[in-house]
Parts: sequence; C-alpha cells; structure tokens
Amino acid sequence: MSMTENHKKLERNVTLLAVATFVTVAIGGIVEIAPLFWIDNTVEKVDGMRPYTPLEQAGRDIYIREGCYTCHSQMIRPFRDEVERYGHYSLAAESMYDHPFQWGSKRTGPDLARVGGRYSDEWHVQHLEDPQSVVPESIMPQYSFLSETSLKIGDPSARLIALRRVGVPYSDRDIERAEEDLLAQADPFRNPEDFVERYPKAQIRDFDGKPGRLTEMDALVAYLQMLGTLVDVDSAAAQEELAEEKGR
Amino acid sequence: MEAVLGRIGLWFALLLLSIVAIVSAQDSGFAAHMTIIAIVALILIWITAACYDPLAKAQGMFRMPEGPSRYDDDPIRWGVLATIFWGMAGFLAGVFIALQLVFPELNFEPYLSFGRVRPLHTSAVIFAFGGNALIATSFYIVQRTCRTQLAFPGLARFVFWGYQLFIVLAATGYLLGITQSKEYAEPEWYVDLWLTIVWLCYAAVFIGTIVKRREPHIYVANWFFLAFIVTIAMLHVVNNLAMPVSLLGSRSYSAFAGVQDALTQWWYGHNAVGFFLTAGFLAMMYYFVPKQADRPVYSYRLSIIHFWSLIFLYIWAGPHHLHYTALPDWAQTLGMVFSVILWMPSWGGMINGLMTLNGAWDKIRTDPIIRMMAMSLAFYGMSTFEGPMMSIKSVNSLSHYTDWTIGHVHSGALGWNGLITFAAVYYLVPRLWRRERLYSLRMINWHFWLATLGIVFYAASMWVAGVTQGLMWREYGPDGYLVNSFVDTVAALEPMYMMRAFGGLLYLAGAVIMTYNVWMTLAGKVREEASLRNAPHDAEKDRPITAVPAE
Repeated sequence: MSMTENHKKLERNVTLLAVATFVTVAIGGIVEIAPLFWIDNTVEKVDGMRPYTPLEQAGRDIYIREGCYTCHSQMIRPFRDEVERYGHYSLAAESMYDHPFQWGSKRTGPDLARVGGRYSDEWHVQHLEDPQSVVPESIMPQYSFLSETSLKIGDPSARLIALRRVGVPYSDRDIERAEEDLLAQADPFRNPEDFVERYPKAQIRDFDGKPGRLTEMDALVAYLQMLGTLVDVDSAAAQEELAEEKGR
Repeated sequence: MEAVLGRIGLWFALLLLSIVAIVSAQDSGFAAHMTIIAIVALILIWITAACYDPLAKAQGMFRMPEGPSRYDDDPIRWGVLATIFWGMAGFLAGVFIALQLVFPELNFEPYLSFGRVRPLHTSAVIFAFGGNALIATSFYIVQRTCRTQLAFPGLARFVFWGYQLFIVLAATGYLLGITQSKEYAEPEWYVDLWLTIVWLCYAAVFIGTIVKRREPHIYVANWFFLAFIVTIAMLHVVNNLAMPVSLLGSRSYSAFAGVQDALTQWWYGHNAVGFFLTAGFLAMMYYFVPKQADRPVYSYRLSIIHFWSLIFLYIWAGPHHLHYTALPDWAQTLGMVFSVILWMPSWGGMINGLMTLNGAWDKIRTDPIIRMMAMSLAFYGMSTFEGPMMSIKSVNSLSHYTDWTIGHVHSGALGWNGLITFAAVYYLVPRLWRRERLYSLRMINWHFWLATLGIVFYAASMWVAGVTQGLMWREYGPDGYLVNSFVDTVAALEPMYMMRAFGGLLYLAGAVIMTYNVWMTLAGKVREEASLRNAPHDAEKDRPITAVPAE
C-alpha cells in the first residue's frame, strides 16, 4: 500500500490522528528537556551560590513586575567583547535558584548579569529615578515612583515557603526570620543576628539613601547590587575536569 | 440590529476607557469617579440590549443555532469582530511602544512604561488578535469541511466569552504589574488555570465536531487545527507549572529554575510560534486559499509529508533561542540542526499554498484577497528561511539580543499571520453577514499596499538596526580596546527606531481601513467604485471608422 493509502486510516479516525499527533510532538521535548534534570554536569558545582535574601528576592520580584527582562539580559555569552564589557561569561550555576530565570532575549539596554558592585547605590537610585540625567542618550523609562513606594510584600516568609516548595534550600530559620532579615538588610542599625552567616556576602545598608523608610527602591537596588557577586567564577572547575570526575 | 450593535460598541468603548482610567488614577477620588462612569456605561449597555426587540433579546448574547439546516455561525461572527477589535488594540500598543523607544518621555510610570506595555502588545497581537482569528476560523472551517454543525453549541459560546475574559485578565494584569515574566506566557497562575479550562472546552468542541462529521475524511486544515490545539495544551500546561505564594495573591514562582526553566520556556516560546502562529494559520491557509482561488489544494501528498515533518521537527527548535548561553552545548547543537532542517517542511507549506494558485495566477492581478494571500505566503516563505539561517550558531552570535530578531518576528507576524488573517476576514465578512459583497474591494487594495509597505519599512529598519548593533558591540579599535560604549549603540539606532515606528503606523493605517470597510459592510452599504477586473470599455468608440465623404 502506498503512503497515501496508509494515511487514509489516520484521516478517517480522529482518535488515531490526535494520538499520533501528540506522540509526534511529545518526542522533541522529552529528548531535549528531560535529560537536563538528570545529567548532573548541566549545572556546575560552584562555591558561593546561595538563595536570595528576602530583600533581594523582593527586589527581584519588582524587576520582574516592571518587565526589566524585556530590555536587559542576564546571560553573558563566552565572547571576547562580552566578557570584556560585562565580565566572566555566565555559568548555569549562577541561575540555579532563579524561579523563573531572567536570561532575557533582547538587549535594548546592557546585560545585567554582573552589574552588582559596578556602580554606587546613589548612581542606581538617580539612574532609576531619571535615567537621562545620568546617561543623556538613554531611552530607559523613569522609575521614580519606586523611591516613593513603601515596600509592601505581605508575608515575606510566604514567598520563601513557596520558593522552598519548588526546590530552593531555605532553612526553617530563614523562613522564620524572613521578615526580620528583610528589615535588617536595609537598616544597618538593626541587629542582624546570624543573617550574614546564613546569607554569605549579603550587603547590609540603606540602599536608597532614605534611612528610616523601606521602599521598593531599597529592594531593587539591593537586588541589582548582588547580581553576579556570589560566585568566584575563576575557581569554577572547567567542564573537562568535571567530565573526568567519577560518575559524571 | 447593526445600529444596536453600534451603540453597544460605543458604550463598551466608554466602559473600557473608564476602566483604564480607574487603573491609572493617581488618587482614589478620581478612581471612584471613573468607577461611576464605568457603572453608567455598563447600565447603558444593559438598557440598549434590553430595549431592543424582546424576541431578539431572548436569542441575544447566547443564542443557539437557527436550526439544523444552517451552520452555527454566531460565535464566528463575534470572533471576527473580536479579531478586528483586538488587532487594532494590539497594533496601537505596538506603535506606542515603538515610539517609546524613540521618545522615552512617552513612558508614563508606573502603568504605561515599556516593560509593562510590551507584553501587552505581544499578547494582544498573538493571543487576542491571532487567537480569536484561530478560534473563529477553526469553528467556521470545521463545520464546512465536516458538513455538520458545531458539537456542543453552548460550550462553543463559553469558549468565545471565556477566551475574551482571559484576554482582559492578561492585559490588565500586565499594566498592573502582574506577570511571571516568561515571554508569551506572562499571565499568572490563576489566569493560566482559567485558560486551561477554556482550552479543554475548545478542544472538546473542535474534536466533537470532527467526530460527528458527515464526510468520511478529515480535511487537511483540520489536521493542522488539531495539532495546534493539542500541542498548545501540552506547552501551556508544562511551561506554566508554578507554585503560588498564596491562593489569594497573584504571585507565583516557576516550578523550574535557571537552565531547565530557560529551555522549558523556549520550548514553549518557539512552539507558540510553531503551533499557534504556524500550524493554526496554515490550517487557515489550507481552507481559504483554495476557496478564494477556486482551485484544489496543489498536492495532497505534499500536505501529508509537510504536516508530519513540520509538527515533529518544530518541537526541537527551542534551544536556538539559547545559543552560547549556559545551556549545554549538546542541546544547543541539537536545536540548531533541527531548526535548519525545519526550513524544508516550512517551505513545503508555502509551496503547497502558492502552487494552489496554479491556473489562477491571473487572480493576483484582479482579486485583492488572493493578492493578500499570495503576499502572506511569500512572507511566510521568507521568514521561514530567515529563521533557520538565524539559528545557525555563528549567525546567531551576531543576531541574538539585537533588533534583527524583532525584525524577523515581525516579517512573520505582520506578513504571514497578519495578511492571511486580513484575507480570511475579507473572505468571511460578506458570507457571515449574508451581504452581496464587501463594502469596497478597492479599499482591500489600499490595505494591501499600506500593510506591505509598512512591513518593508519595519523589517528593513530592524535588519539594519540589528546588524549595526551586533557589529558595534563587537567592534575593536587598533589599540585592542572596545570602540563603542553600550549607549553609543543605543544612540546609533534612533533613526532606525523612528523608521520602524513609521512602518508600524502604515500597518495600523491599513487596519483602520479594514475596520471601516467591515463596519460599512455590516451596515449593509456597498461602495460605488470601478471594478478591479474589467478593462475599460467605451461603447461610443466601439465602432468601425467609416469613410467621411469629402465636403
């Protein structure tokens, strides 16, 4: 029987056609995506990665809310010009706690994967409030309302609990102290207790230059200032070495 | 009937305006006033509908098919109107954000900044304009090719209105900052759940109609619609798996993180293109092109080969959105290879569509709807060549993150999806509203040229912008240092961004002409105009030269 004759069976039976279609479209995803969950050198083992602090996570949620990802990537490609412009190329491990990822797809503005520590807090605040006052040619929108909006995120531990449910390793103490941690990170006069032990390299200060008030600007700047600062990228093992390790 | 519809439309526009005002109100007093206006508009809609003939009212919004001897066309009529309405909204949003990139003062914080309006634009054109076109045409085509009425007429109505609610929730959500930031899957978890319900009902109506068909064979357009419905369901559910922070809050966190999340997203994202914007629209092509050309589909065998290879290969192409990222190399290479192979089945569809015009090529000259379809297929062919080329890693290293991608997407979306949808609307309107013909055929011609010119401006400026940007980023001077700071590359693109906005404006102008044309057709008017087909004929001059006797 010719191909067209055989195909007539499918054409006369909608169940068969739907099942055949579903099987056909399922294969690609199964072969490409599923292995990423069990091939363990997909995400390198690196030192320094930790979950976001409650304040950084709140800043990240603002970053997502404002659609920053529509113009800024967070993924440096391994090219000479990108590495010189933005820093060491991005490692998979650096976004292992990113639910969702923020790699982006378009650079109307520069990459932000390693923007942390490159500019002062004052620069960030002024730039977010009025980008053209710092970079005249910029076409970035103004975000001055962030400085005037108090950070309201309801129950900070609820966000950490949700993140823990999808696999971010927050400890019970992290969750219990979420609200305290959030306040303590933006206020150097508060007692942080063991905050820095639980979140190494966390930066504690008043980020928006308005002591005494916790604003959305505090959270967003805290997030921007930690981007790319956690991992010592030069100490990360090369893929070849990882491949030689037993069991990989 | 049309007058009532017109009045309701007016009040509905007022209602929408006042809702926009409530959302963007700076103080609660203003918001309260706007709420009052919204309620008034709502009451007026109610009164207008209620004052109208009670019999029609009973048949009103949710009326059922007229009888077993007619096709069930009401949801299709609403769908065509919704397509036009959301198309205008989406194009307008597009022109607005294009202008924001030239004049950053046009960003009105917080609700109308680029980052919030851009997803509004993409969702409005893909899911609202494209989605309504797909639902309406699939309901139209499946009835005609199965020679039976829609299965579950009540459910079909629910699908239409439920889908509109999804659109409104998604659109308002973006402006309010409710997003999960996955491109083309931005709506949050509760809106996703709602869409899942609507989509399953859509599948039930569509497959149910095929089950009760009066024809032995399932027509090729329906294979594509079926693949579109099944695959979108799979993609939507998997990519939107997320953990809500609270059942009373909008925020949720994706079930996946980092590299796995990225590939899941672009597996979804690329196949939103592959199945929403390609398979679904190919189904429209497989019905409307043969009908309008009055010719059979070129090759049955080709349609089988290209259907199965297209749906099999498309799914693999997602990783080309992640070239040179932290995604493992093997996945990137696999994605590239399949993307390049995908060129062939894509052109299979184009060839099958264009060659259907065999024996009717003259209609490109005389029938503006056929002309639109042919141009649409040409753009489909062009962007499905450009896509595989851009997925080659070395090309992608230049094009990725630049406006070249934006240009590529728009030559596909404006050229292929837009033009084939407009052609389908022009085909459907006189038939659905039982008019002798459209108000004006010459206006279709105007629409065609405005749209085509608009796309040329758009795509050309974005190619130049993308290549410029890519080259400027990697430009080194003789001293071995980078030549350009990032903002130099931004400043260099301004003229191109201006030209892009102009192209978008032309495209929008074309759509305005369509809206007017459809509006007048619905009003029952016919424009007096010279026919597009006839060569000029002057009966006075149509006579032999006779000898004139000398004086």
